[in-house]
Amino acid sequence: MIDRQWVGHQLPPSELPIEYTRLRFFAKAIGETQAIYTDVDAARAAGYPHLPAPPTFLFAAELDSGALEALFALLGVPLSKVLHGEQSYTYHRAVCVGDTVTVRSHIEDIYDKKNGALEFIVKASRASNQHGELVAEMRSVLVCRH
Amino acid sequence: MMVQVGDELPPLQLPPISRTVLALFAGASGDHNPIHLDVDAARGSGVPDVFAQGMLGMAWVGRLLTQWRPQAGLRHFGVRFQGLMHVGDAIRCTGRVLETFSDEGVLCARIEVLGSDQAGTPKIAGEAVVAL
Repeated sequence: MIDRQWVGHQLPPSELPIEYTRLRFFAKAIGETQAIYTDVDAARAAGYPHLPAPPTFLFAAELDSGALEALFALLGVPLSKVLHGEQSYTYHRAVCVGDTVTVRSHIEDIYDKKNGALEFIVKASRASNQHGELVAEMRSVLVCRH
Repeated sequence: MMVQVGDELPPLQLPPISRTVLALFAGASGDHNPIHLDVDAARGSGVPDVFAQGMLGMAWVGRLLTQWRPQAGLRHFGVRFQGLMHVGDAIRCTGRVLETFSDEGVLCARIEVLGSDQAGTPKIAGEAVVAL
C-alpha cells in the first residue's frame, strides 16, 4: 500500500528548455508530417516565433528531470509496476523553441480499487513559461499493479 | 467550413508499431522505462514482450487533432489508456464531433477521440475541445 500521507506532496519543479533538435526528434518519433513542427519558416508563416511544441510534448519535463522516477522511489513503487492510466492537458498559451517551461506538480489523490490490487496516483501539474505565464495544466493518473 | 455534430475527423492510420519507433519515442519523449525497449526487462516484469508507451499513442491522437484544426485552437485534450499497444499493432485514430458550443463568443467543438488497433479494439479513448 502506498502511504496516503503523500497526498498533497509537492514534487520539485522541473525545468524544460524547448529546443529545436529535440522537437525535430519528437516529430520524427511520432511520424509528424506537418511542416510547422519541423520547418522554422513554415512555423513562422503560421504565426509562431519558432517551432511549436506539439500537444503532448510537455510530459517530457518530469521525465528529463528525473522527478517522476524520484516520485515512484519515494512512494515505494517499482517502475516496472506502473502503467499510465489517464492523461489530460488544458492549454493556455503556445510553447515554442526558445521558451523554458517549468512544471510544478503535486499529488492530488491516491486511491485503490479491487481491494488494493490496483492503486492510483493522481498528479496535477501547472506548466509556466520563462515569463511566469501559465501555458498548460496537466493531470496524470498513474496506476500501480500489485 | 461548418462543423456539425456527428462530423467525423479525417482518420489517421499509423503503420504497425515497430521496435525502432519505441526506441525513437523513448529518446524523444524522455520515457526511458526499459519495459518499452528491452525484452529482457519486459519478461522480468511479467510481460512477454515490450509494448508501446501510452504517450506515443496520445501523441498520435494529438496528430489527428492538429491535422484537422491548427493546434492554436486546441483548448483541452484528455485520454484514458485502455489497453496495451503491442509491437505489430497498427493504430487508427478517429474522432467525431459530439457537440458545438459558444464559449464567451468563441465557437468550440467537443470531440470524441479514439485510437484502436487493427482488430478494432480500443486502446486510447478521450475527448478534446477545439476552438473553431
